[in-house]
Amino acid sequence: MATKLPENRAESVFADYKPAYQTPQALAEANRCLYCQDAPCIGACPTGINIPEFIRKIATGNLRGSARTIFDSNILGMSCARVCPVEVLCVGDCVYNRMDQPPIQIGKLQRYATDLAFESGWQFYEAGPDSGKKVALIGAGPASLACAHRLRRFGHACTIFEKRDVIGGLNAFGVAPYKMKADRAIEEAEWVLGIGGIEVKTGIEVGVDVSFSQLERDYDAVFVGIGLGPDRHLGVPGEELEGVYGAVDFIEAIKLEPASFEGVRRAVVVGGGNTAVDCVREAIGLGLGEVTMVYRGTEAKMSGYAHEWKAAKIDGARAIWRRHPIAYEGDGGRVTGVRVAVLDDDKQPIPGREELIGADLVLVAVGQSRLLDLLKLDGVRMDSRRILTDADGATGRPGVFAGGDLANGAKEVVNAVAEGRDAAVAIHAYLTEA
Amino acid sequence: MPDLTTNCAGITSPNPFWLASAPPANSGAQVMRAFDTGWGGAVWKTLGQPIQNVSSRFGGLHYRGTRAIGFNNIELITDRPLEVNFKEIYEVKKRFPKHAVVVSLMVETEQEWHDIIKRSVDAGADGLELNFGCPHGMCERGMGSAVGQEPTVNERITAWAVKYSSVPVLVKLTPNVSDIVPHGLAAQRGGAAGVSLINTIKSIIGVDIDRLVPEPRVSGASTNGGYCGAAVKPIALHMVAALARDPMFNLPISGIGGIANWRDAVEFIALGSSSVQVCTEVMLRGYRIVEDMIEGLEGYMRDKGFERLDQLVGRAVPAFSEWGDLDLNYETVAKIDADKCIGCHLCVVACDDGAHQCIHNDPNGSFVPVVDESECVGCNLCQIVCPVPGCITMAEVDNGFAPATWNEHLYEDAVLRPKKGAH
Ligand SMILES: Cc1cc2nc3c(=O)[nH]c(=O)nc-3n(C[C@H](O)[C@H](O)[C@H](O)COP(=O)(O)OP(=O)(O)OC[C@H]3O[C@@H](n4cnc5c(N)ncnc54)[C@H](O)[C@@H]3O)c2cc1C
Ligand SMILES: Cc1cc2nc3c(=O)[nH]c(=O)nc-3n(C[C@H](O)[C@H](O)[C@H](O)COP(=O)(O)O)c2cc1C
Ligand code: SF4
Repeated sequence: MATKLPENRAESVFADYKPAYQTPQALAEANRCLYCQDAPCIGACPTGINIPEFIRKIATGNLRGSARTIFDSNILGMSCARVCPVEVLCVGDCVYNRMDQPPIQIGKLQRYATDLAFESGWQFYEAGPDSGKKVALIGAGPASLACAHRLRRFGHACTIFEKRDVIGGLNAFGVAPYKMKADRAIEEAEWVLGIGGIEVKTGIEVGVDVSFSQLERDYDAVFVGIGLGPDRHLGVPGEELEGVYGAVDFIEAIKLEPASFEGVRRAVVVGGGNTAVDCVREAIGLGLGEVTMVYRGTEAKMSGYAHEWKAAKIDGARAIWRRHPIAYEGDGGRVTGVRVAVLDDDKQPIPGREELIGADLVLVAVGQSRLLDLLKLDGVRMDSRRILTDADGATGRPGVFAGGDLANGAKEVVNAVAEGRDAAVAIHAYLTEA
Repeated sequence: MPDLTTNCAGITSPNPFWLASAPPANSGAQVMRAFDTGWGGAVWKTLGQPIQNVSSRFGGLHYRGTRAIGFNNIELITDRPLEVNFKEIYEVKKRFPKHAVVVSLMVETEQEWHDIIKRSVDAGADGLELNFGCPHGMCERGMGSAVGQEPTVNERITAWAVKYSSVPVLVKLTPNVSDIVPHGLAAQRGGAAGVSLINTIKSIIGVDIDRLVPEPRVSGASTNGGYCGAAVKPIALHMVAALARDPMFNLPISGIGGIANWRDAVEFIALGSSSVQVCTEVMLRGYRIVEDMIEGLEGYMRDKGFERLDQLVGRAVPAFSEWGDLDLNYETVAKIDADKCIGCHLCVVACDDGAHQCIHNDPNGSFVPVVDESECVGCNLCQIVCPVPGCITMAEVDNGFAPATWNEHLYEDAVLRPKKGAH
C-alpha cells in the first residue's frame, strides 16, 4: 500500500519556510514558556493538546513524554506542528501577546518533539483487545486516520477505502510544500497505521467501485471523511485552454509529480483565499516569473490569512484587487491572458471597464465543490456546504458518522483530526451500547 | 516499565514523589487532589498547637528575568484546628490506602508528644516526621531548629517519639548547622527509622530599598525566613550525600530541597534518597508537575537499565569522595568548537579576569577565541559562562602520569604532574 513517490517531484525545490529548531533554540524557547494553568493556547487548539505540559517536558529533557503528550490529543501532531496556522490558533492566544512580548513558538516546539519521536521510532499506542466489531472509513485523509487510530485503541477492526493511490488526503497532496512535503505526510500516515489492524484499500472509490449501502451491510459502522470535491471554475469562456488549471489540481500535481513550467513567465492566480495565497507562494517558489493574484475584493477583506499574505508579499507576490475574470484569452490553444472586469465597492462590474492581464499560466482558486451526493440518504442532514452532524460526528443516520472538511465546511487538518478522534469515541459508544 | 514503588524507612508509596510538609499539604482536599494528580505521598503540614500567621509571608529571589529561583517564607506550622487535620488525614487514608501519608509534628513537652503521636497514629498516619528544622518563629519558642541544632535534645525527643509511635519515625533535619552528620547520628541514636532533609535555610530574601525594610514586609519590619526552592538544591544535595556516605550513619533518607523536576529527583536518589519531597516547585507551578517527574524518572530508569527504584538509590554515593582522594594527575583542557562559537567572548573575559588568562582573541582575526592549552588549568569557568550548549568541552589530556591523589602523594610518595598556570 505504501506508495513510493518520485524523488524529483516539483515540490522538492522548496525549503522549510519555518526551519526546524536545533536543541539550544528549543530549550531556550521551552524555558520561556510560563506553564500557564488553564492555558488559552490549549483552548485555541482544536485538538486541545496540553501545550504547557509538552513544553515543560522539553525543558526537563523528557522528550519522549513530551511527544506522548502531543500524540495523546493529536495523532497527526507531527504534521500539525508544520501545517497548522498557529498564528491564528495556539500561538495567537499565547498570554505573552497580552504583555506585548513575542508569543511562544508552539508549532516549532511541537515539531521538535514530534520529529524526534519519528527519528527515534517511538511508538506509544497499542490496539485494544479485539472487540469483534468492524468499521469502514471512507477517505484516507486526516479525519479518517485520526478516527481509525482511536477506534483501534478501542479494539475495533478498521478498513479505510481511499479512491486515490496516495494516503494522507490533502495533508499529503494539498498543503504547501514549504510547510510540509508529501512524503512526510505519507510517512506519518503509515506511522499512524502502525498501530495495526487498519486495512487500507486504495484505488477504491466508494459510490463507484463499491456502494455505500454495501459498506453499511458489511460493517457495523461507517465513518465518512471524504473531504471536498474538485476545484470549482468560474464558467467563463476559455477555461479549456491549456495553461488554465484548478488550483488544488495544480498543487496536487506539484506535490506528487515532476513538472516542467518551461515558457511560463507570467502566472495569474484567481482568488483571495488561503488556497490562492498558497498558490501564489508556490508559483513564486517554482520560479514562475511574475506572479499576480487577481481578487474581486480588497486586501483588507481577503479571506486568506493576513500572515500568509504578508509572507507572500515578502516572497515578491503582487495583487490586483477588485478584478474579476470574464474570459481567458489564448493563442493556438494556450492561454495568453485573463480578461477582467473592474469592480466597484460592492463587487459589481463598472460598465465599460475591462482590462487584459497577460498570463501563460492561470490557477483558479475560487473554492472546491462539495461531495454531498454520496450521503443523500435517509436520515442524513446537509446544507449546501456540508453534512450536518452533532458535536460527536453522528449524522442522524444510525451507524453513519462524518468528520473533517466534509462536515465542517472546510477548515484545517487539526479540525479534521479532532473531529475524527471524537467521532471514534461516539462510534465506540454506538458499537458498545447494549 | 520500571517499577517506581518506594519504601523509605518502612513507609511505602507507589512512587518516590512526596509533597513536603508545607502549604501544598495543608489540608485533606489538597492532598487528595495531589494524589489524584499522581503524587505518591504527602508529609502533612506540621501539626502542633495551631498558630497565628503574619501577612505577608513569602519572598522570591528573582534573577535575570527568571522568577523565584529561590524562595523564602516566615510562616509557622498549621493554623488549623488539630481535630480538623486529623479528620482529614483519616479521610485521605481511607481513599488512598496505598499512598504514603506522613504526619509532621512539632510540640514541646513529652506529654504533648505522646498525645499528638497517638492521635496521628489513630488517624491512620503511615509514618511521622519530627519537624526539628523550622528556622524562624518556632525556634524562638524552643522548637523546630532549636531542637535540630542540639544533638542531645534531638536524640531525647526522637526517643520519646519512637517510644510512643507504632509507625516509622522520620526526623526532619535543619540545614542551619555546620556539619549535618552529628545531627543525623543523633536521630539514629534516638531510634529514628529515617531522616528527611533539608528543611529551610535561615535567610533574608532581600531588602525593599525604597522603604529600607527587609522582605517579606510585615507592616514596617520583617524577620529572618526559611530559604528554599531551586537555589538551595546544591546545599541539600551535599547534606544528603554527607549522611549517605558516612560509615556510621545507616538510616534511609527522604531527600528535600530545590527539587523541581525529574532530573533533580534522580540526583537526590543517586546520592542516597529513597524518597524525595517537594514544596516550592509545587507552590510555584502546582501538583501537575508530577506527571513529568514520574514519566521522566521512568524514562531515565528504562534508558539506564534500572528495573526497580532501590537499584538507583545511592548509586552516586561511592563517587562522592574526599578532596584528598581525587586524582591530581587527571588533566583536562578547554576546547572551543569553532562551528558553534558565536563570538560573544564571555569565555575570554571570564578566563582573563576570573581564571588563568589563557583564552585569547584569534591572532588571525576570526571571532573564535583560542585556548592556550599549555596554560589552561581545566577549571571549567569558560564552559560555565558559554551560552552555547556543547560549544566548550573539557577534553581529557593524556599527560603520561599515573593517577595520584594528594593522600597518595603525602603518604606513598606518588608522583604528581607539574603544576599548570602557577607562575
Ligand atoms: C491547497 C490547500 C492547502 C491547505 N493547507 C493547509 C494547511 O497549511 N494547514 C492546514 O491545517 N490545512 C490545510 N488545508 C486544509 C486541510 O488539508 C484539510 O482541512 C484536511 O486535509 C481535511 O481532512 P479530511 O480528512 O476531512 O479530508 P481530505 O484531506 O480531503 O481527505 C479526504 C480523502 O478522501 C478521499 N475520497 C474522497 N472521496 C472518496 C470516495 N468516494 N471514496 C474513497 N475515497 C474518497 C480523497 O481522495 C482524500 O484522500 C489545505 C487545503 C487545501 C485545499
Ligand atoms: C511556605 C513554606 C512553609 C513550610 N512549612 C513547613 C512546615 O510546616 N513544616 C516543615 O517541616 N517544613 C516546612 N517547610 C519546608 C519544606 O517542607 C521544605 O523542607 C523546604 O521548603 C525545602 O524544599 P523545597 O526546596 O522543595 O521547597 C515549609 C516551606 C515553605 C516554603
Ligand atoms: S496567593 Fe492567594 S492567598 Fe496568597 S496573596 Fe495571592 S490571592 Fe492571597
